[in-house]
Order: sequence, then structure tokens, then C-alpha cells
Amino acid sequence: MIRLVSDDLRPPGDPPKRHLLSVGDLTREDVERLLGTARTFETSLERHVKKLPTLKGHLIVNLFYESSTRTSSSFELAAKRLSADTLNVKSVGSSVDKGESLKDTALTLGAYDPDVIVIRHPQIGAPQLVARVTEAHVVNAGDGKHQHPTQALLDLYTLREELGRLEGLQVAIVGDVLHSRVARSLVQALALVGVRVTLVGPPALLPREFPAEATADIEAIRDADVVYILRMQNERMEPGANFVPSLREYTARWGITPERLRPGQKVMHPGPMNRGVEIDPLVADSPDSLITRQVRSGLVVRMAVLYDVLTGGPVGVQALAAAEVA
Amino acid sequence: MLWQKGLPGANLVIRGARVLDPTEGIDARLEVRIDDGTIAEVAQKVDANEHRIVEADGLVLAPAFVDPHVHLRTPGREDEETVASGTAAAAAGGYCAILAMPNTDPVVDSAATLGALVEAARGEAQVPVGFLAAITRGQRGEELTEMGELAETGAVAFSDDGMPVASAGLMRRAIQYASVTDRPLALHCEETTLSHGGHVHEGRVAAELGFAGYPSIAESVAVERDLSLAGYESGRVHVLHLSAAESVEALRRAREARVEASGEATPHHLVLTDDAVRSLDPNVKMNPPLRAEHDRVALLDAVRDGTIEAIATDHAPHAAHEKEVPFEAAPFGVTGLETAFAVLYTHLVEPGVLSLETLLERMSAGPARIFGLDRPRVAPGARANLVLLDLDREWRVGEQPFRSRSGNSWLLGSTLRGAARMTLAGGAVAFG
Repeated sequence: MIRLVSDDLRPPGDPPKRHLLSVGDLTREDVERLLGTARTFETSLERHVKKLPTLKGHLIVNLFYESSTRTSSSFELAAKRLSADTLNVKSVGSSVDKGESLKDTALTLGAYDPDVIVIRHPQIGAPQLVARVTEAHVVNAGDGKHQHPTQALLDLYTLREELGRLEGLQVAIVGDVLHSRVARSLVQALALVGVRVTLVGPPALLPREFPAEATADIEAIRDADVVYILRMQNERMEPGANFVPSLREYTARWGITPERLRPGQKVMHPGPMNRGVEIDPLVADSPDSLITRQVRSGLVVRMAVLYDVLTGGPVGVQALAAAEVA
Repeated sequence: MLWQKGLPGANLVIRGARVLDPTEGIDARLEVRIDDGTIAEVAQKVDANEHRIVEADGLVLAPAFVDPHVHLRTPGREDEETVASGTAAAAAGGYCAILAMPNTDPVVDSAATLGALVEAARGEAQVPVGFLAAITRGQRGEELTEMGELAETGAVAFSDDGMPVASAGLMRRAIQYASVTDRPLALHCEETTLSHGGHVHEGRVAAELGFAGYPSIAESVAVERDLSLAGYESGRVHVLHLSAAESVEALRRAREARVEASGEATPHHLVLTDDAVRSLDPNVKMNPPLRAEHDRVALLDAVRDGTIEAIATDHAPHAAHEKEVPFEAAPFGVTGLETAFAVLYTHLVEPGVLSLETLLERMSAGPARIFGLDRPRVAPGARANLVLLDLDREWRVGEQPFRSRSGNSWLLGSTLRGAARMTLAGGAVAFG
């Protein structure tokens, strides 16, 4: 088969920049290093002064083409906790409203020489395009239905912190896998660290030939240590698409209720939740819910990612020493 | 049915070449004399007659290529391609005739629009061009075009390429009426309620990357439908850009049942699979999409056994800024006229997957037969429609600027073997 070699036409130059575009680009070693760095940052956040001088003088641009609460706020806070300057650009109210292309917006922001561009975009491959046309390190904060690598990393971090291990765990991912970048990244990440995955959902919402065990039978969640509930992405369902006959029918068959869970079975959800659709409020608020823990993990994991793309190594003695000084 | 600008007929003697015309059964070192654009003599030794002599030692002289599926983007998107630039690209690729699709702006659905194109071709076409006209007005799939008048004005065939005819009832009427004009229907087979929103073949790659899937059956159920209608009405149909194994099977069965049906495959579907989409490069986004390895193998088998009679580029130029966007936002289509022979020679003939003879037949005599065009051939009395091929020439795609106005080639940066050194089209030297 032909390898596409268009990269070869580019002039030879600097070594490739470190980006975080897809979980598929990571090795197990990368994951271990990132989770370790996040752990170190979590310790530092327990201190009285939470700000670290680590990325002082660096510029981090958050370019968001989709609405987001937890991802955008945690990236911004992660950058600030590391003393970086931040610039937040949202598509609404920017030149994007005037029809500026992604390439031109990236070139414009690239002219400020940002160290990192964090991008969320509704289309697959947008972060790759930004990485191609700018000099910045690019972090994918979600591209279409493709990838959401920092979500997968924060989920691994949460699992390890709460269950004490990763290897050998069983996770059931329930719901709309077809439209979920969270599921795509998470399945890759879980495979990388030796977690067994089962996908459960309506047949039309389980992509064909997806490389994971899949079933429509909700009973399949029984053996899982953790039930990972996906948001029912109603806004991605065109009217008349008929993936399921109704949300009511979905909830009756695949909604996660206390009755469907074993005692002690943990529950995760990437948010935002549709309470009463894919998740019963009693489940969301139960002690077995790790949902707010996921949000806290998001902050330290994103600190670790920003640190890692810029420095390329595990956080070490220097960073902690710097923390002492601060 | 083909138009070209006025070019002087060539007076040449080509000597030293291996003359290879599979349909005429010629494979020998012969000399060829062309007098005023017509082949005068093919022999061991021909009289030079004070003609210019082309020394062609080590080269292959073959019937030039015919591309039945080209988008010239004229009228409407002359920034992407014109009759002049598209035919110059064709000449450089070794083509002596191309057929242009009617999905332009406006659509070629009236004698007036078609007549203007014919005039343009007479003024600027480097190689002879034919035009297809639409099956339905505006390609809206509602009312038939005036096929009789369009045929008289010069339409080679009818097609709603790009916009499949959704209604089975209307397709039946189209097949019935086209028979009056003795022109085939060239069909873009796609059941849009199955492909709807899809960018990538529905399979593992789409599942992993998150692309909406465009399943094989979106093509094959439409192929089955149209072949059934053609069989029922004894009509003549040509299936454009086949991509799926199930469609190839349907075509094979229909031909065995003596339905007058033909098919074509593109170089990209014969060489690539959906694995290429992992690059997220908008230059591997086409309609129909690249499919699985078993589909590619089925297409190859069909090209070999003649079920697929033609190789067509589906040359679809797009402006650079329209392809420099995320994959899903990019339009479907890639260019192909300047790379088709080289990529198929490099990736199919050299590794021994396809014979050079079969490739030459499917790129020339096959498509000419389907559309009722004069078959390019190496024979005295025939118009000179010949290509001189250098099979040893290695070149890098994109290093030299394209003759096409657009550069959306999926082969940018690849090294290929095989190139046209000279193309004679309609009796004139069109390239080299």
C-alpha cells in the first residue's frame, strides 16, 4: 500500500514539536509519565500557595470552537496554576463569525508566538491542521467525534487514584459510543494500560468494526468494576435519524439506575450529564459516583500535559523545589 | 462528438520504440510514419519523407488514453479548471480524449450551455473533449432534460454524476428515453439515505477515527437497483467509479445476464484503502470513499477479467483553500489526469499485479468502446492518437507544477515510475 509522503515535501527543519493530538500517539511509558506528573502536581495543590512558577513567561492560547465548561475552565486554571499567560479565544464573537478559516485564525494567533495552542473544534483533524500551520505545541481539547485525549488521561488518573490500580480492571462504557470522542480516546487509553473494556448501547450507536467487545445487552455491565456512562448526545442526533425511537425508550433500556448497579460498583461520566436520561440522579449523587473526582483530576492532568509538551520530561526535583520557593 | 482546437496535423516518424497495441495484437519494435495527423505506415522500416524523426529507443508507443470521467469545472469554477488547463493536464498524462461531467454551474442541462462548451473546446482544447449532459434538469432529480436535443448538440452520454437520481421511477424513465438517443447513461450510484453525512467508508477506520460511515451498501443497493432497471428496459448503463466488492458482483451478474452494462474504476480505488484516511489528509477524501482491502482486490480482479472495462480518473480539481481545512469540511475529490498511468504502472504493473497490456486496454480501448468513440490504435489510416511512454522515468509528484489549475493530488510527494514523453491527440502533437 502507498504511504502518503506529502510530509517529505516540506523543508527539513527543527525536530518535530511535542503535541498531544491523539491517545493513539502515546506509549504506555508516556501515559505513566503523565500520570506521575499529575500526581506530583496534585501534591503541590495541597499546599497553602497553589501557584507554581513552572511555566512563567509562557503563552498558552485556548482556542475553543465549541461550548465547554469543564475542559476550557480547567485548561485555563491549569495554565494559571503554572504561572503561564493565557489568551482565551472563542469562536463566538471572534473573526470566525466573519467566516475566517481555521487556517487563517491559527496563522493569526500563531503570529503572537504562543508556546501552546489548546484547541477544541467540532471537526476531526482540526488540531492536526493547527499543528501543521503554526509553530506552537498543540493540545487537542476535543476534535469532533475523534479524540479527547486529556479526558482519557484524567479518567485513567481517576481510576488509579480511586481503585488503586489499572491493570486487570474491567470497565463497561455505556451509551452513545458512535458520537463520542470520549469513548474513542478512552478505549485506546484503557487498552494501553491493560484494562478490559465492554461497550454497551443501542445497536445503531455502536460503530461497526470498532476494536472492542460490544453488546446491546445492559446486563453486560454486571461484571465491570466501573460503569462509564456516556452523555446521550442529543444535539448530534439529527431529527429523523432514528438511532433510538425516543429518549424515554433509551432510558428504560440503557439508563443507569441504582437497581442496575451492584453495591460498590463505581460510576463515571465525562459530563455534562443529562440527569434522568442516561443517569439516574440517585446514581449521580451516590458515594460510588466518581464524577466530581474526575473534574478535580482534570485540573492536575491538564497541568501535567501542558508541562509535558513544553518540557518533554517527567516533573522532577526542580519543579518541586520551585514550588517551595513560590 | 469530440472537439479540439485547430492544431496542425503532425508529420512525424517515430522509430526505435516498442509498439504495443494489445487490441490490434501488436507488440514489436516497429517504425511509424504519420502524415498530416494520420498514421500512414507501420513497418520494420518506414520512409522518413523528410518528416521530423523522433528517436524513441527504449520507449513504448501505445494507443493514447481515453478518460471517460473528468470534471473540467467549466462553466462556474474556472479558478479550479478550464477546458484549456484540463486538456493540457490530460495531454501531459498521455490522454488523447477526455469526457467532461455536467455537474458545473450552471449544470449542462440545455443545448445552450452545451453549445457554449463546444465552442470553448473548439477554441482551447489541447486534446479532443466530449461532454456529458445531465439526466435531470439542474441535476435535481425531478424532470428529464431534453435528451434528444442535447444528443444532437453533441452530448456523448447523460449523467447526474455527483447527484444520484434518487427516484427509481425517474431512473426508469431516463433509461427508457435515453435509448431513443442511442447514448448510454453514466450512473453515480449512491443511496443517499444510507450514505447520508458519511465522509469515510464504514469500517474500522471510520469507527476508530469517529467519521460518519459511508457504507459499501450505500453504493451496491443503488447499483443493484439501476442494473435491474436497465435489464428490465434493455437500456445501456455505465456505472461510474465503482468502489465496493458487492457492486462489482452485481455488475458481473448483470453482464452475465446480458444486460448492456459497463463499469469503471479509478486509480485511487485500485491502489488505496481507507487506511490512507488515518493521515486525515483531505486529499484522500473522495466520493465514493476509499474502501477496504477486499473491495480493492475485487476491483482489481474485475479490471483483470474485463468486468470493469474502463479505468477513469474522476479528475476532480478543487481550490487549494477549499482543501486546506479539516477533513470533514473539505469537498470530495482529487485530481488524477497527470498521475493515472504512472501510479497504476508503479503500483500495479511493476509489482506484477496487472499486465501492462491490460492496463493499456482499460485506459484506452475499453472506455472508447463504452462511449462509442473511435478506438485509438496503431494502424495505417487511423488518426494519430498515440502516447510515447518512458517506463523507466522516475519522477516526484508536485516537483514540477501541475498543468491542471488545481493541485489536490493524493500523490503529492510520491515518487512514481513511468511518464508520457509525447502525446498525439486528434492527429496533433498535444504534448512533448
